[in-house]
Amino acid sequence: MLDAKTPEGPIETKWENHKFDMKLVNPANKRKFEIIVVGTGLAGASAAATLGELGYRVKAFTYHDSARRAHSIAAQGGINAAKNYHSDGDSIFRLFYDTVKGGDYRSREANVYRLAEVSNNIIDQCVAQGVPFAREYGGLLDNRSFGGAQVSRTFYARGQTGQQLLLGAYQALSRQVKAGTVELHTGLEMLDVVVVDGKAAGIIVRDLNTGEISRHSAHAVVLGTGGYSNAFYLSTMAMSSNVTAAWRAHRKGAFFANPCFTQIHPTAIPSSDEFQSKLTLMSESLRNDGRIWVPKDPDETRAPGDIPEEDRDYYLEVKYPAFGNLVPRDVASRNAKTQVDAGKGVGPLKNGVFLDFADAIGRLGRDAVADKYGNLFEMYERITGEDPYQVPMRIYPAPHYTMGGLWVDYHLQTTIPGLFAIGEANFSDHGANRLGASALMQGLADGYFVLPYTIGDYLAPQLGSTPVDTSASEFDQAEADVKAQVDRFLATNGTRSVDWFHRELGKILWDHCGMERSEAGLEKALSEIPALREEFEQDVRVLGSAETLNSSLEKAGRVADFFELAELMCRDALTRRESCGGHFRVESQTEEGEALRDDDDFAHVSAWEWTGQGSEPVEHREPLEFEYVKLTQRSYK
Amino acid sequence: MNLTLRVWRQAGPDAPGRFETYEATDISPDSSFLEMLDLVNEDLIGQGEEPIEFMHDCREGICGTCGMMINGRAHGPQSMTATCQLHMRTFQDGDELVLEPWRASGFPIVKDLVVDRSAFDRIIEAGGYISIDTGSAPDANLIPVAKQDADLAMDAAACIGCGACVAACPNGAGQLFTSAKLAQLNTLPQGQPERYERTEAMVEVMEEHFGSCTNMGECEAACPKGISIDFIAMMNRDYRKAKFRNRRSA
Ligand code: FES
Repeated sequence: MLDAKTPEGPIETKWENHKFDMKLVNPANKRKFEIIVVGTGLAGASAAATLGELGYRVKAFTYHDSARRAHSIAAQGGINAAKNYHSDGDSIFRLFYDTVKGGDYRSREANVYRLAEVSNNIIDQCVAQGVPFAREYGGLLDNRSFGGAQVSRTFYARGQTGQQLLLGAYQALSRQVKAGTVELHTGLEMLDVVVVDGKAAGIIVRDLNTGEISRHSAHAVVLGTGGYSNAFYLSTMAMSSNVTAAWRAHRKGAFFANPCFTQIHPTAIPSSDEFQSKLTLMSESLRNDGRIWVPKDPDETRAPGDIPEEDRDYYLEVKYPAFGNLVPRDVASRNAKTQVDAGKGVGPLKNGVFLDFADAIGRLGRDAVADKYGNLFEMYERITGEDPYQVPMRIYPAPHYTMGGLWVDYHLQTTIPGLFAIGEANFSDHGANRLGASALMQGLADGYFVLPYTIGDYLAPQLGSTPVDTSASEFDQAEADVKAQVDRFLATNGTRSVDWFHRELGKILWDHCGMERSEAGLEKALSEIPALREEFEQDVRVLGSAETLNSSLEKAGRVADFFELAELMCRDALTRRESCGGHFRVESQTEEGEALRDDDDFAHVSAWEWTGQGSEPVEHREPLEFEYVKLTQRSYK
Repeated sequence: MNLTLRVWRQAGPDAPGRFETYEATDISPDSSFLEMLDLVNEDLIGQGEEPIEFMHDCREGICGTCGMMINGRAHGPQSMTATCQLHMRTFQDGDELVLEPWRASGFPIVKDLVVDRSAFDRIIEAGGYISIDTGSAPDANLIPVAKQDADLAMDAAACIGCGACVAACPNGAGQLFTSAKLAQLNTLPQGQPERYERTEAMVEVMEEHFGSCTNMGECEAACPKGISIDFIAMMNRDYRKAKFRNRRSA
């Protein structure tokens, strides 16, 4: 059984007390420790900056050409914090409670409480950094209610909150680069973790511009490398977002937790043809003012504006009167699928539902709506050629965030000592479903306020040791493996592009491990994926050389990892014979078609151990105990 | 739709470059410009030719990775639109498109349409931040910020760091990028203590990497986020003050 090492004591004081109990590295000794941070999104950049400020010697790596480009930048809506500035009854406990409930009781209480606790520090920090959050006329911070919350606790910077928070973290990181505490390496992709004597000792990276492979060692390695939604091919992720760093750590012994917990976001723009390369998200803040509907008649031919009220089905408002259009993401997504599957989809391919702002424009005026959502409306128009001030938007669910990830304990340490995982790359805080505006919160909580302290507890006893020499045989082996894979891709000389295989893999995963999962479907996927992977290995075509920028070669390595991950996602989904949050097993639903949990058998984390390609992974379980939040069937009626 | 592309191909930073002609056939007007390039690349791979390398990532106009000259214009013909947000309905069937990398001495070519924009990072490192260590900030609402100032700071902060401003400028100047970050930080109360040191340090690093500004205004026209050249005037004012102050305290 896995031990999360959750500290004892009442939940309100666990983190405070634990910070006192942890071993400390004194300020003068911090510079004797080297730490590698991989990824410079919200989690990675904030961690690297903070570790640098504390005096550690940090090496930060990103495959992007600059530390300002990670996909955290695309988060639109906002960031939650329990400030209760509006005295509407919010509190740390309520944010904690909402997050556990929203995650459908599949997260670890102590971690979530800590997240809620530090949420307030994040806002203070970001404001001090100069993040231009929205303000009220009196000069104080503005908030909105977002994604299923019944209080206004979301701070935002127009529709670009992720961008502004990431730039804040990037700037804090740049300050440490100048101060010389952080050595920043851009354009380098991590391709392996090196483990020596059971501990993380360093990484192998490849320079994407020159192909040069190099070794780096440190006292500890931190992965802030994001989520894995691109396994679906079409998702809201950036094109290069991938699972490679986390997956290669998994192959080296880090357990991978709850891989089937993926979030399908309800408000993306429906795809327009089969060559679409990605799906674009429209912020879910739009659901605050937009009303979701479909025509009652599947054969409706009138223009949306000409369809009278009585012929429209505002299905969320009807079915969930208390929450209406603000039900959690999984509920909103599945209901959209139900409508489209029933033939009531809208748009040329009948693959969307309407999100209509006519009422909001009537009530608030066009200017007020433009002030709140202007940039989103423009973005929509640019993509679809339709003006959402005139005609309702069309939306449909898309793979978005992944709650699963590397298993970590209370210290955010994986099952490999010295290897830590933060932000979306770990599994810990969102259970089976993430609430809106909580991803930015978690990334920054881990990076600014949790990891920089917990890592000290691991490092302190190692005072006086130096990082493993990179000439150690484990580094030789890891580098040889990386080179061999690169050479293999270039030598295969098959007939089909990497993208072709990725798209085919994505289809299998979306059909059988997407919004709905069934035993038969998952079994089918588990036979199709290995077959396609074999074809990939024999028939992929990667041209060019390893010594220059070669994006097909980069993608080939990432897609190879997606193949293995996809299998594990399906295996996990098959094993979890219950529905919870974003994981919907058709065999487990209430009479009304809602997700039906099975707390007796599945109130646990499934953490999978790699045992080699083609061999069954081993499941380890961490039981989840709920002391403070009572397990109930979620209901948003 | 069918289009003819004339694309700059260059194998590496020191290799000679040349234009190659490719046909893009059967393109849907609803597809994005980069999806059109994806299809051309799929064809090239099918024919055993190396695909065209170009910069892109988020494909939603926010990460600032994408960018190229399309018929001589940075990010192409549509204003306020990054390359990744361009859609083929902007073009006509039969169009010929000339695709080149950002052309500026501050942005050396890496390969094909990919350039190195790390000079922007050097400018930020020089002072594009507020010096506040994690955990030492006071309660967020202790620093009220006039809505007007917050909005102005946000207008400036919207910069995505794509480099179109430099590419569009006949002098290859970096003023719009630098001034946008300065305007954000120098407008906010939190940014006041370091205002003048920041301005001087960033401007000086900018001048090491980029050409000088002669007020052509091409940068603003090319900017996908509509960053205003008024920020350049603000920067120049602050820079003059910075010089004066720093001379006095020297
Ligand atoms: S690819 Fe991110 S802005 Fe264009």
